[in-house]
Amino acid sequence: MDVELRGITKRFGSVVANDNVNLTIRGGEVLGLLGENGAGKSTLMNMLSGLYAPDEGEILIDGKQVAFDGPSDGIEAGIGMVHQHFMLVPVFTVAENVVLGVEPTGQLGSIDMKRARRQVAEINEKYGLHVPPDALIEDLPVGIQQRVEILKVLFRSADVLILDEPTAVLTPQEVREFFGIVSMLKEAGKAIVFITHKLHEILEISDRVSVLRQGRITGEGDPKSLTEADLAEMMVGRPVSFTVDKTVADPGRPMIEMDKVTMLDETGEKVLDRVSMSVRAGEVVGVAGVQGNGQTELVEALSGIEKIASGKIIFDGEDISHATVRERHSLGMAHIPEDRHKSGMVESFTIAENMVLNNYYAPEYSKGWAIDWQKVAETAARFCIDFDVRTPSVFLPGRSLSGGNQQKMVVARELERETKLVIASQPTRGVDVGSIEYIHERLIASRDEGDGVLIVSSELDEIMGLSDRIYVMYDGRIVAEFDNTGGKADRNTIGLAMAGAHEGEGAAA
Amino acid sequence: MTERDDLKGVNERMRALLARTTHGRDDFEDLVIVPLFAVVVALICGALIMLATAVDLPTIGRSFVALAVGSVGSLSAWSETLTSAIPLVLAGLGLGLGFRAGLFNIGAEGQLLMGGLAAVMAGFALEGLPMVIHLPLTLLIGASVGAAYAAIAGILKATTGAHEVISTIMLNLISFELLNWLLRQPWVQREGRSDPISKSVPDTAALPKLLDFIDPNLRLHAGLFVMLVAVFIVWWLLFRSKLGFAFRASGENPSAANYAGMRAPLIIVLAMATAGALAGLAGANQITGVLGRASPGFSAGIGFDAIAVALLGRSHPVGILFAGILFGGLEAGGRQMQVDAGVSIDLISIIQALIIVFIAAPLLVRAIFPWGFRRPRNGKKGGAA
Ligand SMILES: Nc1ncnc2c1ncn2[C@@H]1O[C@H](COP(=O)(O)OP(=O)(O)O)[C@@H](O)[C@H]1O
Ligand SMILES: [Mg+2]
Repeated sequence: MDVELRGITKRFGSVVANDNVNLTIRGGEVLGLLGENGAGKSTLMNMLSGLYAPDEGEILIDGKQVAFDGPSDGIEAGIGMVHQHFMLVPVFTVAENVVLGVEPTGQLGSIDMKRARRQVAEINEKYGLHVPPDALIEDLPVGIQQRVEILKVLFRSADVLILDEPTAVLTPQEVREFFGIVSMLKEAGKAIVFITHKLHEILEISDRVSVLRQGRITGEGDPKSLTEADLAEMMVGRPVSFTVDKTVADPGRPMIEMDKVTMLDETGEKVLDRVSMSVRAGEVVGVAGVQGNGQTELVEALSGIEKIASGKIIFDGEDISHATVRERHSLGMAHIPEDRHKSGMVESFTIAENMVLNNYYAPEYSKGWAIDWQKVAETAARFCIDFDVRTPSVFLPGRSLSGGNQQKMVVARELERETKLVIASQPTRGVDVGSIEYIHERLIASRDEGDGVLIVSSELDEIMGLSDRIYVMYDGRIVAEFDNTGGKADRNTIGLAMAGAHEGEGAAA
Repeated sequence: MTERDDLKGVNERMRALLARTTHGRDDFEDLVIVPLFAVVVALICGALIMLATAVDLPTIGRSFVALAVGSVGSLSAWSETLTSAIPLVLAGLGLGLGFRAGLFNIGAEGQLLMGGLAAVMAGFALEGLPMVIHLPLTLLIGASVGAAYAAIAGILKATTGAHEVISTIMLNLISFELLNWLLRQPWVQREGRSDPISKSVPDTAALPKLLDFIDPNLRLHAGLFVMLVAVFIVWWLLFRSKLGFAFRASGENPSAANYAGMRAPLIIVLAMATAGALAGLAGANQITGVLGRASPGFSAGIGFDAIAVALLGRSHPVGILFAGILFGGLEAGGRQMQVDAGVSIDLISIIQALIIVFIAAPLLVRAIFPWGFRRPRNGKKGGAA
């Protein structure tokens, strides 16, 4: 089945989300739709799936013009969309979620769950989805939940599958498996629209690529004849550098030291096991590891979010093993949290309020017991300019920003003060290319000002590109340490250590 | 570009970023139009219920006239409306503050009882003090005891995680029994009485009547000013103070608040105590301004009605002020309605409950009054709704 979009324009008030967009989608082909946050990718696809009506332009399916009046028309026509934010009922099983709204009915109109389960199993089998049909959604990891969404769309016999930033929530492992599924769908003749802002994913999986910038198509072509640099330029509108320019580190005194720190979870299980590490002034230290091997807990221990069971943490000569979050913060520790929505910001608060979320009490923002909001707003505006946070006003809620700008807001808040140690956890997750480059530059700038910088990331490329020294964590322990001066650490060796190959050799100190 | 131009550019951008955005139409719809329509729909439903219970049309007409006359139709009606509104607004402010901090405090009734009881005792025990000391002290003691009582639930939540809904309900029950017991103690019970009733509050601890120079029967008292000051203070606390910022952050996103170094246990206890202080003050106001003594159940469900007031007022101090006056008006008007049209005052409770139902279901209100709202929320093109 082929679909064609012609001259599609969509406005939200004064914002032109899509401007005269032309696009063709063909069966048995993966179309990569690339664009920064806010470029208009979701909006465009929401029109194709029938959720929005275009202001101008037409949609043709196999050459015939169609007009959708709601998503059910889209599904009817064989177009299914997996949204960026999942739409599943957490307390229902997989099968129940899949059939929700189109339940096969038995006699007397009762739901025929047996038939539903059988149909679910068939699709499961056909595309190698491996989803347990009777598991509750809330018990499943995000990667599997996503397959349930795909299953839902397939169950409604879609021929065109729109996948809106499916990889944003996946670990590198899950991305591999996900690509496997996409290939199978393609073999089966489905047309696939794969939305992302990650360049290498486009190059890897798509047969054709269209790039959106500010609502307009700014480039199209065969990914095989394009490089990452070409794509990035189409996407951002200027040449983007992928390598981080930095000089050789000149490390000074230890900024933070962890000495045999052990941390337990609620069940008494060791999540950090006698971890010893250090970050010196003027160096970037990266922590690599497959997700769930204690990196999150390491950061929680350092920043004071969770208590440690034993061991010592020394911050610039001072024992902070049992200091509160605020004490550590006042000593000069900056923390960019792993999950900005959950822990880094309050979405309903204004950008100004978010900019002082953790130092609203500081004397410069105080008028007695009150907060000097005028001062806060001015500071926030300055931060927005310094850190290129794109917003019309600092009085808009944090949720009005795109992901990249939210992250820059958090980074601005953390770095725009006297710091000694910067802990950056997944600093560029879900962030567009332009912002990634910018955030990296800022982190290196902190290092060059003499801060210690600790970076935890699930993107090995990020770790390798930024770090002067690399620790690898496995099963709650630091299992290896590599010198990365001049980028000399070996990717494969690190990869092996991440997989636990150094097990039993004892931790490198 | 010269450095000067650069500076000019930055200044311009600063100015743009700092331009006040007017409150969006959406906020206005949420905060004003929905509550307004909810009230209208609830009143219409009230009429329908009367119809369904075989009340004839003329009586229904008379009821609504009485409701209007009894709430805003005369000076005495206004006096009654405001007198009823004072404790509702005070307790509602406390509850709203709790909601903002993410605490669902059901215990205003108990905190109000304890605060009122403490005020009675302070009133008669400290007899002989001059009014300038006695009255403020009495109110302060009422507020403090309310705060302490609410803090119990806060401490339980902060230390053991006990949910405040459960613990405040239990504390309500305890306060009812404690009141009954205390009212029979010789040092509380009025001399020569065998029924549970307390000694009276002396005049030096009573909130002065405001309108008795016009007519001694007008009950409006100086608690009105206490209420207005409280509205301002709570507004300041929530939106201007550092503590209020921490309250709101913890309520909106506890995890982010924790990461920002705000200490959840402390904030829970402080927010509960502040809410309790306001409820206690409501009780003290009722005792020193209206009742003059304590008797079993003197709180009369004000602490529960205040939950509705806080919800209707969208947990905003000014909203709560208006919602409290509306509920006060419904109560005053309801009494008139009972007298004039013989319609049970229970109808008022039903109308109040319906208001809350409609507030809680904004989509329903939007569906009933589509012309009151700009456009459907999902951004879909009009006409296809
Ligand atoms: N429902 C909406 N109402 C108003 N503006 C919207 C709406 N949806 C998207 N936009 C705006 O349209 C632009 C494109 O957004 P979107 O399609 O979500 O981008 P992408 O998916 O590429 O990140 C953004 O500026 C966004 O703020
Ligand atoms: Mg999107």
